[in-house]
Amino acid sequence: MIEGRARSEPRAVRIALTSIALAFLFFFLILPLAAVFVEALRAGIAAYAGALTEPETLHAIGLTLLIAAIALPFNILFGVAAAWAIAKFEFRGKSLLITLIDLPFAVSPVVAGLLFILLFGAQGYFGHWLQAHDVKIVFAIPGMVLATLFVTVPFVARELIPLMQEQGRDEEEAAISLGASGWQMFMRVTVPNIKWSLLYGVILANARAMGEFGAVSVVSGHIRGETNTLPLHVEIFYNEYNMVGAFAAASVLALLALVTLAAKSVVEWRMRVETEMLSAGLSPEKGS
Amino acid sequence: MGIAVHGITKRFGDFVALDNVSLEIPTGELVALLGPSGCGKTTLLRIIAGMESADAGQVLFSGEEATHLHARERQVGFVFQHYALFRHMSVFENVAFGLRVKPRGQRLPEPEIRERVMSLLKLVQLDWLAQRYPSQLSGGQRQRIALARALAVEPKVLLLDEPFGALDTQVRKELRRWLRRLHDEMHIASIFVTHDQEEALEVADRVVVLNRGQIEQVGSPDEVYAHPASPFVFRFLGNVNVFHSRMHGAWADVAQEVPRTEGHGDSIAFVRPHDIELERKQATGSIKAQVRHVQPIGPTVRVELEHDGEIVEVDLTRDRHETLRLQSGETVWMRPRQVKVFSAKA
Repeated sequence: MIEGRARSEPRAVRIALTSIALAFLFFFLILPLAAVFVEALRAGIAAYAGALTEPETLHAIGLTLLIAAIALPFNILFGVAAAWAIAKFEFRGKSLLITLIDLPFAVSPVVAGLLFILLFGAQGYFGHWLQAHDVKIVFAIPGMVLATLFVTVPFVARELIPLMQEQGRDEEEAAISLGASGWQMFMRVTVPNIKWSLLYGVILANARAMGEFGAVSVVSGHIRGETNTLPLHVEIFYNEYNMVGAFAAASVLALLALVTLAAKSVVEWRMRVETEMLSAGLSPEKGS
Repeated sequence: MGIAVHGITKRFGDFVALDNVSLEIPTGELVALLGPSGCGKTTLLRIIAGMESADAGQVLFSGEEATHLHARERQVGFVFQHYALFRHMSVFENVAFGLRVKPRGQRLPEPEIRERVMSLLKLVQLDWLAQRYPSQLSGGQRQRIALARALAVEPKVLLLDEPFGALDTQVRKELRRWLRRLHDEMHIASIFVTHDQEEALEVADRVVVLNRGQIEQVGSPDEVYAHPASPFVFRFLGNVNVFHSRMHGAWADVAQEVPRTEGHGDSIAFVRPHDIELERKQATGSIKAQVRHVQPIGPTVRVELEHDGEIVEVDLTRDRHETLRLQSGETVWMRPRQVKVFSAKA
């Protein structure tokens, strides 16, 4: 009895807690995910395939991939630069920068979208200038990329900052004193040290970029076959009572989520293996 | 290749890390920068390495201006306290790094790099670990690899920042001796930073004692220990008993307890614990004291005495302790063998 008490909570409590967690998981995660695929396939495989290969759906998939492909390199660039500056240097306004990086998490994506309309829309601050030079940002792809960038900015930086702070500046300084150029130091020392965290951040940012609805919805203008990404496409179909189409498109997003989860697990596993290998405890001094 | 710094000053905000420091180190010399934490010793080392820039002053390598030379062009070997080995590279690749990052024109062909790395690993006696990763090595092994890596680029100057600070006593002692031997073979100027006086006295040709951004004393280990130039140096290099007294007459005043109202300016007398003789009988120049505590510490026996309300520590040899057999509470007479007196203003 004493042993049992020392080990953990009473049996009933354990069972109750586990059941609550499992029930929650089932009703809020597994059931909806299953429902998406069931609904998508309700009218049969042929209808499902037909809905997916519809030109507008294909275009939406293509646009989603394109926006993510443009946004991610910028994310990597900004994330690494910001993390580098924060982790390796002391400067005024450092804590302000850290707070600002988190801003997109705090602001509603819809507000972010509206901000871009306010800046670049026809009635916006830069609207006249943009019109005069025939540049379209709002209700076009550039605006959607900007909105996506805004909501995905924190992911890479937030993954890297703690890691780079922990690793310190010594290895970089050692590289420089051994004659490495700034670029050599970055590619041969910094990148190998952060690569798994960087990849992890990119996976999270990618999932968000492809799934983003609010901010992108505001700046897209919902032009069918032109500025519809996959999430927007789902909404349009749903509003038109095209259930098979809506759920078919949704199933692609769900599939993407599953791929993301798998990729995330693989990276987490690699990260753990490598951290264990590279920071194992000291072995006792052998030989001389 | 000698190193010289002239009038180096460095501030971090309001904090003055280095205040007009000048120093010259000829080739072949192994110099210790010794001081408490925050005295500026690491900052001085980093300025010489080019990792930090001075607010004022010059750094000269072989008499040539190097103040504005970039760290990677200084040809300085730098060894960090926490090794700073590249964790994702094997030991071999760590040592080869400096050779591989050279511009294509100056880079050695692969077989020669291999040869050079292996000979360096042999020099630090760790060639059998070439394919291991830093995490698989002990602290002492890591620091030897770090040294081999620094030596790979044939530096003109070797700088070591608390190189043994993270190691345990045994490994530390071994590495000290080993560093000394290695330095003598390389014929370069080496500077190492330490807060451990024993380490500085044991390894260095010359010791530079720093305090609050200024040099207190430069001299051979024997000089700084036997003839400290300031109360700070005296206190920092080993244990010491402090007696407040008069300037004239030095210890004699302390010894004969001349009333404090007489004489010239205030002075402080320093006596090392092993420089005090204890007797049961009074003699000329001895002071009365009471034994409070007797504790054997390794090869010596520490006796804590009370004199005039102040605690005095005395180290006796075990032999002397055997003959004296002091008991707590008894009265003895202290006689100093060596006293150093400084003005109290210092």
